[in-house]
Amino acid sequence: MKSDKPTPETTDVKDSSRRDFLKQSTLLTAVAVTPVVAIKAANDHMDEHLAAVFEKMPLKMEVNGKTVNLSVEPRSTLLDILREQLDLTGTKKGCDHGQCGACTVHVDGHRINSCLTLGIMMSGKKITTIEGLAKGDQLHPMQEAFIKHDGFQCGYCTPGQIMSAVSCIREGHAGSEHEIREYMSGNVCRCGAYPNIVNAILEVKDGGFAV
Amino acid sequence: MKQFQYVRPATIQAALDVISKPGSKIIAGGTNLVDLMKRGVTAPDKIVDINHLPLKGISEPIGNVMTVSIGALALNSEVAENSRIKELFPLLSMALNAGASPQLRNMATVGGNMMQRTRCGYFYDTTMPCNKRQPGTGCGAMEGVNRMHAIFGASDQCIAVHPSDMCVALAALDATVEVAGKKGKRYIHFADFHRLPGEKPQIDNNLAPDELIVRVIIPTNNFSRNSYYLKIRDRQSYAFALVSVAAALEIDNGIIKNARLAMGGVAHKPWRLFEAEQFLVGKTASEENFAKAAGLAMKGAVGHGGNSFKLKLAPATITEALKHAAGLV
Repeated sequence: MKSDKPTPETTDVKDSSRRDFLKQSTLLTAVAVTPVVAIKAANDHMDEHLAAVFEKMPLKMEVNGKTVNLSVEPRSTLLDILREQLDLTGTKKGCDHGQCGACTVHVDGHRINSCLTLGIMMSGKKITTIEGLAKGDQLHPMQEAFIKHDGFQCGYCTPGQIMSAVSCIREGHAGSEHEIREYMSGNVCRCGAYPNIVNAILEVKDGGFAV
Repeated sequence: MKQFQYVRPATIQAALDVISKPGSKIIAGGTNLVDLMKRGVTAPDKIVDINHLPLKGISEPIGNVMTVSIGALALNSEVAENSRIKELFPLLSMALNAGASPQLRNMATVGGNMMQRTRCGYFYDTTMPCNKRQPGTGCGAMEGVNRMHAIFGASDQCIAVHPSDMCVALAALDATVEVAGKKGKRYIHFADFHRLPGEKPQIDNNLAPDELIVRVIIPTNNFSRNSYYLKIRDRQSYAFALVSVAAALEIDNGIIKNARLAMGGVAHKPWRLFEAEQFLVGKTASEENFAKAAGLAMKGAVGHGGNSFKLKLAPATITEALKHAAGLV
């Protein structure tokens, strides 16, 4: 997923398509995401180095309560941006195809798969990752419950499980073991810690903790 | 993933201008498109993010307008949890909740759900032949691993199925799709939105490349008390359907006044069971009649080896779904 430098064979094609895009952007009644200087650079056929800078686009979002201003490639997923650009490696890359749930984070309070989310589409959104759940040294009740109930073995799926578990309660889908299992089905645990995960969620739900 | 240009139009007209260019792809939730791009199944030059278009709303029936309108960008989870949808069309809510995972339902939109591609393994594997991905290369599934594949309406070019649950319910509920194009609006009956593979399996549906889904319109009905979505799959949750059935009945004193039936996981499109529906009208809501209807529904079904078990599973699922809908279970 890391960017590849354009090869000599492809530079011309990419260059012309970039210029077409930038020119066209001026005609679109679009949200202004392309800096004017970039359009001018493209129109003026300025050198490759300068134009390459503008293959990245500005992204402003809030991550765990802090505003971040980034420059991202449009093809970078939210997951890769969190891990590679913001060093928030708590969110895990499992399957990278939306099948395992290890990459689950909250966007504006709702759980999503960050591996299938283009970061550039998160402009203005509020992201919460596993790192943003605790308050200082005070663990979130769901984190405490996972430790108490041994809701993991290898721990790789755990950040995603915990983010999903918090949402499961917030959404009102933690009413019974059956309902929890259904609404946690997007998070796969290869170690098979499911019974303990269910117990952890039930305890937080029944304990009436604020999640 | 191949690099692409990203544009974010603010109006439907601006979006229509961009999507009419070859190599453009619309993105809404991205749950299917981003996956396909990562695997190299599709590699658009331009991604058109339509999330800023005003296409999110869910409208109520007002006055003599006896329809509910669901915007193309309404999230699957928003529709499934909407109190009016649950009350008026519990079948749709059940079908949506049977699909994907909670995380994906929080991302996926109604329009995107309709536009999702098949999950046929040969379509996803770029080293394999697939007439849908690369026309003329042949169908790997026909003589290959075809456990998930179609038993109705397939062609010698393609035996893939449409993977949606939501679309099965919308086909049963006689929904209509409003689409916008450069020449204005047009309406497509939901059952005619998706198409059979025929000689052009690369085309999934009847939406033109320069058109945009605006909303789905569902007429109110009398099925809300007797409807059920039954999905049979390899695990209890978060798996695509082997066979699914949307069953909706209007029952008066034990007699069926009206019926709607559609199947998922069996064809290149949501498969309406018109003959079975007609058979049920005027009949007693009994297991015996449901089994007869299921028998009629199976006319023309063809197995391809790996999926031949569906020839027995499908009628059993129809009967069971009807029993649930009628309250006999």
